[in-house]
Amino acid sequence: MIEFQLDSTSGVATYLQLVQQVHQALQLGLLEPGDQLPTAQQVVGKLAINPNTVLKAYRDLEREGLARARPGQGTFIVGTLPRTDPAAQARFLASMAKWLVSARSAGLGPDDIEAIYRTAFRNCFAEGVA
Amino acid sequence: MTAVLEASSLGKRYGRRWALSDCTLSIPEGKVVGLVGPNGAGKTTLLHLGVGLLAPTSGSIEVLGGRPADGPAQLGRVGFVAQDAPTYAGLTVDKHLRLGAYLNPSWDDQVAHHRIEELGLDPSQRAGSLSGGQRAQLALTMAIAKRPELLLLDEPVASLDPLARREFLQTLMEVVAEQGVSVVLSSHLVADLERTCDYLVVLVASRVQLSGEIGGLLASHHRLSGPRRDPGSLPATQDVIEESHTERQTTLLVRTDDAILDPTWTVKPVTLEDLVLAYMGRARDTQPTRRSGLKVLR
Repeated sequence: MIEFQLDSTSGVATYLQLVQQVHQALQLGLLEPGDQLPTAQQVVGKLAINPNTVLKAYRDLEREGLARARPGQGTFIVGTLPRTDPAAQARFLASMAKWLVSARSAGLGPDDIEAIYRTAFRNCFAEGVA
Repeated sequence: MTAVLEASSLGKRYGRRWALSDCTLSIPEGKVVGLVGPNGAGKTTLLHLGVGLLAPTSGSIEVLGGRPADGPAQLGRVGFVAQDAPTYAGLTVDKHLRLGAYLNPSWDDQVAHHRIEELGLDPSQRAGSLSGGQRAQLALTMAIAKRPELLLLDEPVASLDPLARREFLQTLMEVVAEQGVSVVLSSHLVADLERTCDYLVVLVASRVQLSGEIGGLLASHHRLSGPRRDPGSLPATQDVIEESHTERQTTLLVRTDDAILDPTWTVKPVTLEDLVLAYMGRARDTQPTRRSGLKVLR
């Protein structure tokens, strides 16, 4: 069973952190269809968060078709997410490192680079944001 | 939705001093409510009125549709832990439970003993020799075991160390998950409220400054920063809660349900702490009598 962690400094809403952790666990193969998610009681007993937060996260996962609640039993994983390909990850890490080196040698500092990255990231994922 | 606590023009006077005046408030059922405000705002008085330890001087208060402390049935429906979680220092843990069982018709002995066991408390130990965290847990156990529909907690974790605080809130959240009890919790510790509460009430000088679902409140408030401008030029749907200006820059905290379209603003989300501070600050600034000492800071 997966164990949730919270990062209170991330600025990401608590329920979203839970959803993302399930996504990651699915991508890494730590969770598979048939696995049970911890009950709301178990999660709040550990993280001291509002039970509605857990239920909201689980409802989101249900909406995505990744989990299903079985009355009286709990919430179970029913869907999968494509695993992240480790080779692809390594390839993009390498090209990013190369890009960073060239940016530095062009005289850009860490702040400039971060601003460029953030802008590009925002533009790339802008669809879907109101 | 029915209200667990409904106050209308509620007031309480001690001699000449009003501890709470003209307080109007409605708290829906099934929530964990964070009640925040500066010291002296009337939080404790409000909770004492809710449990029936005090009677109103003016106005009215209804709790779970009844009058506070109006007979044994009403008393049994409300659990209360007063500030600093008082217990009887000379009584053992076990005697506390027997006292609870004797005094409360709805007492659930199984819940009580199960909790004590889970907390690892020694039933034969006197409450006076427990740690602060254990005492708070004992007081919470007493309040929970009577199976209330509403729990009122007055700064229950204020004096606890971080670990004891976390454990107390874990217990509380488990109870909310298991029993579906509504909770009103006063606290200054916004980080704790952020985790545990789904409803916020900001009380300043008896007045409710802000009240609502935390998710909705966070979504409808934004931090705007951009070139200096007069907040009066904003669209009418944007309510300015907090503003600060330098020669060139303006930073605002606004409330609006509409999207912010003006491209000159950099828009950022707000945190619960931002909200609490902004509304407490705004209320303070509209009270001229209390402002004198603060001008120096600006």
